[in-house]
Amino acid sequence: MIRPDGALEAARRRDVRARWLLSAPALLILAFAAIGPLLVVVLYSFLTPGPYGDVIWSFSTDAWVGVFLERDIFDDTLSLADAHMSIFVRSLTLATATTVLALLIGFPTAYFIATRPERTRELWLFLITIPFWTNILIRTFGMLEIIRNEGLINTSLRTLGLIDRPIQMLFTDGAVMAGMLYVYLPLMVLPLYASLEKLDFRLVEAGYDLYATPFRVLTRIVLPLVKPGMIAGSILVFIPALGAYVTPRVLGGGKTMMLGTLIELQFGQGRNWPLGAALSITLMAMVMVALLVYVRYAGREVRHG
Amino acid sequence: MRLKTTLAVAAMFLATTGLARAEGELNIFNWGNYTSPELIKKFEDTYKVKVTITDYDSNDTALAKVRQGGHGFDIAMPSQNYLPIWIEEGLVLETNPGQMENAKNMLPEWADPEFDPGRKYSVPWALGTVGVVVNTDVYKGPIDTWAVVFDPPAELQGKINIVPEMNDVIHAAIKFHGGEMCSADKTLLKQVRDTLVAAKPLWVAMEYSTIEKMVGGDFAATTDWNGSALRQRLQNPKIQFALPKEGFQLWSDNAVVLKDAKNVENAKLFLNFIMDPENAAMISAFSRYANGIKGSEAFMPEDMKTAPEVMVPADLLATADYSKTCPPEAQELYTRIWTELQK
Repeated sequence: MIRPDGALEAARRRDVRARWLLSAPALLILAFAAIGPLLVVVLYSFLTPGPYGDVIWSFSTDAWVGVFLERDIFDDTLSLADAHMSIFVRSLTLATATTVLALLIGFPTAYFIATRPERTRELWLFLITIPFWTNILIRTFGMLEIIRNEGLINTSLRTLGLIDRPIQMLFTDGAVMAGMLYVYLPLMVLPLYASLEKLDFRLVEAGYDLYATPFRVLTRIVLPLVKPGMIAGSILVFIPALGAYVTPRVLGGGKTMMLGTLIELQFGQGRNWPLGAALSITLMAMVMVALLVYVRYAGREVRHG
Repeated sequence: MRLKTTLAVAAMFLATTGLARAEGELNIFNWGNYTSPELIKKFEDTYKVKVTITDYDSNDTALAKVRQGGHGFDIAMPSQNYLPIWIEEGLVLETNPGQMENAKNMLPEWADPEFDPGRKYSVPWALGTVGVVVNTDVYKGPIDTWAVVFDPPAELQGKINIVPEMNDVIHAAIKFHGGEMCSADKTLLKQVRDTLVAAKPLWVAMEYSTIEKMVGGDFAATTDWNGSALRQRLQNPKIQFALPKEGFQLWSDNAVVLKDAKNVENAKLFLNFIMDPENAAMISAFSRYANGIKGSEAFMPEDMKTAPEVMVPADLLATADYSKTCPPEAQELYTRIWTELQK
């Protein structure tokens, strides 16, 4: 028997209502925990800093001007804020380098796991997730113990007689990058593995049958097919690396700033909350732009494929 | 560290679930690695009060957190250059510790300080100096000068740490150029900026955790507070502290009761308790700083009574600056020099 249209319509409406009700908790959390605070940050970026931190409720665009331009401390001339710019550039460079290295190391790792017999794959994946058992701060301090002047590497090299004075590894840009690479590498391997696992290896065999070189098989068959995994992994590594705070703080020695530490300075000793808020939004904008670039790039490639 | 975190979490849990009883509790917000466990044990046993301690690492962090409210702390330890801000912003309760039973034990020079006239709000917790610490195995020359960190000898280059307490660093550089504390003189500050920017490539880090890294050999020299320096020397006798001849700061951290404290009576008991010489000596024995309480030396460990880090010679005392709040116009210049230094 065919039900009347009215009943169908009512059922559909009930369905829609149920969906809204079911997603209401998530939407509420989003509104209160994400959008609300974000609006406060935007608001604060247009206020005046209080003399000892906090904000004064009067409108000002000084914070935004201060993100990009700086007034010379001593002769009052305006110029590009090269203090901020060099911190932006350093953060971008370190985040990009970390992402590229994670990709270069993560791809063979994921490929290795995906080509294991099904029974042992579980074990390899399990090993990849082990670092997540411990807090990032503790893992970073573990890294510090390894690379410090009287740490594992330097003491071993000295005992072997290969060096007579410790190599300075701690408190360098290289240490920060190595720390971030260590912490974020699993975030690259897991999505890569998800893509590689779905890869139909008969296509690879077909490529070889048609006399393709291994390099050609990699670039024309494997890479295009695992591109979504590469993009997902890169995003997962790049975004937290760009705003990283703990790793540069512990392994960078606080001497060279990154965006995360620059923002923290404004809310602490800098006593310039509006500038800190404006810088936070700038960081979010940088992440957004990076995402858009990734997505566009990814979209175009898929169409070509 | 983990214990403190657990305690902090426990404190938050109790504060939010309303299990906390008003009497029998005290929540202290203090600098990390600064509170003597023996002192707390004794206070708990004497007054049957459960004490919880939460750490902070800088004056600005403490100020920001307390200002937001809802923190659940009863007592905090702002430094004297921050205390006037706390008072002015109405964050602390007027408990008149200057009139308490043990107030007679305060040393006269700390009984009526400029930052809290008549001791209406605060009690001295610990006091000390800012100077330089050098591992004399690495560098054997004279160390009683800021030049050790601002114009360092070849042996120390690339092995120097600067404790990133902005006001302390700027003050040291101002003294290095013969200026006055809290100066807003632009000619002088330009020299200060240039000196800091030129010296920075010769530093290895700007970190608070100096004790473990000086002893562990990651740093060969650092700016530091005297009590921290003493703790380093006790682990390695080659680590020496000096007060720079160009001038240095004297500072104190002071216990205050917060305006929104829930355990005011216990907090007042605590302020009175730490002005007792025997108890004040416990604070010093742990953190290795002097304390401003008369007669506490008698109860201090032997290695502190003779420690050059703790005793400031009278002739040097004359050149010392008492730490204070700099006016906003100076502070703004300092912040900009600081940001420029960080790039």
